[in-house]
Amino acid sequence: MSEQIGVMTRLRAARKHGAALWIPLGIVAAYVVVAAVGPLVIGYDHVATAVADRLLSPGSTTSDGGTAWLGTDGLGRDVASQIVYGARTSLIIATVAVTISALVGMTVGALAGLVGGWVDVVLSRIVDVLLTFPGVLLAIVVAGLFARGLPTVILSLSITAWTPFARVARNVTLSIKEREWVSAARLMGVRRPALLVRHVLPFVVPPMVAMATLEFALVVLAEAGLSFLGIGLPSGTPSWGQTVANGKEYLATAWWISAFPGIALFVLVVSVGLLGDQLSARLGRNRRSPL
Amino acid sequence: MARMVLRRLASALVVMWGAASLIFVVIRLAPGGPALVLLGPDASREEVDALTTRLGLDRSLPEQYLHYLLDVARLDFGDSYRLDMPAMEAVLSRLPASLELAATAAVIAVCAGLVLGLVAGYRRGGIVDRVTSALTIGLQAFPTFWVGIMLILVFALVLRLLPSSGAGTPQHIILPAVTLSLPFTAIVARLTRSSVVEEMEEPYAATARAKGLNDRQVLLGHVLRNSLTPVLTVVALQLGALIGGAVVVENVFAWPGLGSLIVSAVSNRDYAVVQAAALTIAGIIVLLNLLADLATARLDPRIRVGAG
Repeated sequence: MSEQIGVMTRLRAARKHGAALWIPLGIVAAYVVVAAVGPLVIGYDHVATAVADRLLSPGSTTSDGGTAWLGTDGLGRDVASQIVYGARTSLIIATVAVTISALVGMTVGALAGLVGGWVDVVLSRIVDVLLTFPGVLLAIVVAGLFARGLPTVILSLSITAWTPFARVARNVTLSIKEREWVSAARLMGVRRPALLVRHVLPFVVPPMVAMATLEFALVVLAEAGLSFLGIGLPSGTPSWGQTVANGKEYLATAWWISAFPGIALFVLVVSVGLLGDQLSARLGRNRRSPL
Repeated sequence: MARMVLRRLASALVVMWGAASLIFVVIRLAPGGPALVLLGPDASREEVDALTTRLGLDRSLPEQYLHYLLDVARLDFGDSYRLDMPAMEAVLSRLPASLELAATAAVIAVCAGLVLGLVAGYRRGGIVDRVTSALTIGLQAFPTFWVGIMLILVFALVLRLLPSSGAGTPQHIILPAVTLSLPFTAIVARLTRSSVVEEMEEPYAATARAKGLNDRQVLLGHVLRNSLTPVLTVVALQLGALIGGAVVVENVFAWPGLGSLIVSAVSNRDYAVVQAAALTIAGIIVLLNLLADLATARLDPRIRVGAG
């Protein structure tokens, strides 16, 4: 009956393994705080240019007396501020995209597992087709062809992100379907929607949570890639990928423009990944493996 | 064996049909309407109407779909309005460069990954193992485009050892291929390591040791071959990610391949090229998966017979 122990209980039970869970968690929390509070504290205008402050190296003083801790870019914009605002962009987009993907994937997967038959076959084929395209490719096609903006970016990222969730949900559902209490409920006449919600979903959710953190990391990287290629959010919104792209032409003289956002990305992705590993270990069901 | 091949082939065709349909839907849904989009934003009203009729876009949707499928089967994707040539021709002209890049990256990744994984698994807990573990996490967390840019910074700009972009000489492929190979190397290394660790515990390894072979001979003679099967599967599955990653890397290094073609086609709404390129890539991946499936079946008799 260990499966019936809740998510929080399992997390708490593992507290003795301290650092491995709480350090990444702390780092991710720090990012969230910076992303949420930063823009309220810093008054930064991404569209404004300050030509006098172009390409200042990290630590220099700007024309209005402040310090550019991480330098400025080709238009005189402060890199540190771009990183803070970029954090907000990345976190919001990734959170929304992963939430949508998880919900859609979970529903589709659980349905396929529960109903079985041709519904399962059709849905599995759809997943196979989607997996034929490298995720980045579909995202690029959708993001580039539709009007640029937040909904387009989120849509393009979600299009392939939901498939791992569906796969795990389907597998869990298939193994739960034949358990005694589900069969009993079915015999008692409980209808499918109630069956799904009350008996299947509580077991599907924990692996989803673990998978969600890992997908989160992938989506953050994918969004950065789209922004780098110039087909992500419009250039008026700061994002890490865009900053790295802007820095490319100044690489020889002002390496900091491209370097720092990449480091911010890396630290976030590693922390989220480690967090996901910990959650996977504690909440059961392996994360998506290559096989 | 023949029956299995036929079944996989049929499955592959179904998936290709699905992929073509998906592209059909995406293009139909994109703003502007296909004719406008195929001709480009500067087309006149008459040109749009003429193309609309010629493409049969004023016919019913099922009819359009049927014609589309027939066109795809004949590899006819229309003409690129930008490049003024058939879309498929544009794709095929850039394909070799992308394949070259992806293949080089795959070779680097498999060689480096296998070696790292073998050593890490052989001396479990040793220094190579721990460094490899850390590297594995790290290499997959770095954004590929950023790694590429940093490599340009170090090797091309500071050390001036390698060219920073373009193609032509063997030196030009080094940085892009290495950049592309890094996440893949991590995956191969990790997989090889766990494979080796598992196989070393198998009964046959103990038998080999009992026969008098030392650990290294056991490793290279027996374990290596059995560890290759999962690695092969993963290589095939990850090739898709490799091709996807190539899109970004090609843009960083201005490598004249399919990836950079797609990004410029997408930004310029050159739908014919987008269609052709997307389906070509999908086709390659389906083909590679099929080949990997069959190769795995050949290497591991258990799959052929249906057990295990």
